[in-house]
Amino acid sequence: MKPRELFIAFWTIVVKEIRRFMRIWPQTLLPPAITMTLYFIIFGNLIGSRIGEMGGFDYMEYIVPGLIMMSVITNSYGNVVSSFYGTKFQRNVEELLVSPIPNWIILSGYVVGGVSRGVGVGLIVTLLSLFFTDLQVHHLFVTISIVLMTSILFSLGGFINAVYANSFDDISIVPTFVLTPLTYLGGVFYSIQLLPEFWQGVSMLNPILYMVNTFRYGILGVSDINIAFAFSMLLAVIAVLFSYSLYLLQKGKGIRS
Amino acid sequence: MTAALSIRNLCKTYGNGFEALKGISLEVQQGDFFALLGPNGAGKSTTLGIVSSLVNKSSGDVEVFGHSLDTAHAQAKMCLGVVPQEFNFNQFEKVMDIVTTQAGYYGIAPGLARERAEYYLKKLGLWDKRNQVSRMLSGGMKRRLMIARALVHEPRVLILDEPTAGVDIELRRSMWAFLQEINQAGTTIILTTHYLEEAESLCRNIAIIDHGRIVKNTSIKALLQQLNTETFILDIDPPQSVLPALNGYRARLEDDHTLVVDVEKTQGLSGLFAELSQQRIEVQSMRNKANRLEELFVALVDKNLKEEKRV
Repeated sequence: MKPRELFIAFWTIVVKEIRRFMRIWPQTLLPPAITMTLYFIIFGNLIGSRIGEMGGFDYMEYIVPGLIMMSVITNSYGNVVSSFYGTKFQRNVEELLVSPIPNWIILSGYVVGGVSRGVGVGLIVTLLSLFFTDLQVHHLFVTISIVLMTSILFSLGGFINAVYANSFDDISIVPTFVLTPLTYLGGVFYSIQLLPEFWQGVSMLNPILYMVNTFRYGILGVSDINIAFAFSMLLAVIAVLFSYSLYLLQKGKGIRS
Repeated sequence: MTAALSIRNLCKTYGNGFEALKGISLEVQQGDFFALLGPNGAGKSTTLGIVSSLVNKSSGDVEVFGHSLDTAHAQAKMCLGVVPQEFNFNQFEKVMDIVTTQAGYYGIAPGLARERAEYYLKKLGLWDKRNQVSRMLSGGMKRRLMIARALVHEPRVLILDEPTAGVDIELRRSMWAFLQEINQAGTTIILTTHYLEEAESLCRNIAIIDHGRIVKNTSIKALLQQLNTETFILDIDPPQSVLPALNGYRARLEDDHTLVVDVEKTQGLSGLFAELSQQRIEVQSMRNKANRLEELFVALVDKNLKEEKRV
């Protein structure tokens, strides 16, 4: 395929993905807006006012970056895992398999679809947060790049989950039993410096901690972790997940007999 | 001239050890209307699945218009349009979106995609349904939607896996007419079907596959010439309670008005009519007992089964 045809094919997948999550907005865009508003009211306003400061900031200010990142993570992952599994389940993945689209374009299309929803919901949550606090961006480049990289990483994670999934139960196992605990323990609501030394060490093994803290650094200028290390780690993990996803597509795992 | 489809020594063994294809080879020429026939589980869908890149082959080579699926898969896939047996489009998408999205997968720009979608949806009687969600369509409409989707990038080869399964007679006839029209316009058509009447009336060449092997690959004409005996059903008058003596013809009475006669190729029908006329039996109407191709098909598959058992 020529470069222009490749771009059309890629854009077709992206548009299809965006059309999908916009069509079912009460399931995709509305729930995170409601959930995060409740977080802002309950944790930020009601409980936060009694907690006082965290890391030198109002508790509300402190948790806003974490909650935005939480939305980006869950929505990027959720979009690709449900969309690609649905495509497998309805067998319309065959439309892609019979076409001349290279696997890297298929993968990129789904990832950009996931990033669109992840970043879209992140923006909605950011706008909602402005009703509760003033957001000053400390470092724009860090803020934007960490959101995009996190969204890409979890979109790839969702893709791999969808490839292996054999039932709708399989697409909810990872978000429920892995993603949610890691996110809650990833410094969304607290600084790990509050933890005993041992648990600080354990927390450092949680990759989500690096994403949340790098984003918090971008917004507030404070972080529990080394930003350069976080970026390098994310890049490496994205490269590994992208290569592995391509390998799965090439092999036809779960999509070709 | 390069073959539209060339398959050489194609083998497929599934993960559970089932050997679906045992080294099949066949060629389909450009412009052909080709039928791949066989009983259930014979390997037809596996063959078409491999050609369509939906099934991984174990070994062998497939070329579409000279483009190898291994080394030039994008060019090969550009030449192919696939209509699968099962509905495989997104049930929540609108008809128009399904067709234009598929065009996009082939790198066709949105404007041209919409033009082509309009043309094929109109051609297949689905234009009025273009804004309808696909799951609301009837079974026949869904099948036509899959044909429109497969044609939107104007492939040189159209593969149809049992395109008229579960389709009523009227719709089946209109689909036949449409397929004949696009074949006459130059599209090579390869189909699998259980309706042998369909293969006999549409296709020029045929391959019969059984237990993962090609048991016959020839033209329909040549195949039908192998038929030595045809069975005719005659409605006779006056009614006969006893089977009339018909010198040299194998016959039986189905009821007192219906005579069933096996006619050898060498015998012809004139002698039969002469015999009946001598006995003052009038033939009011006459028809073939069964589809001619069906008899051959059954004979070939039976023969193959016996050989498989012997091996």
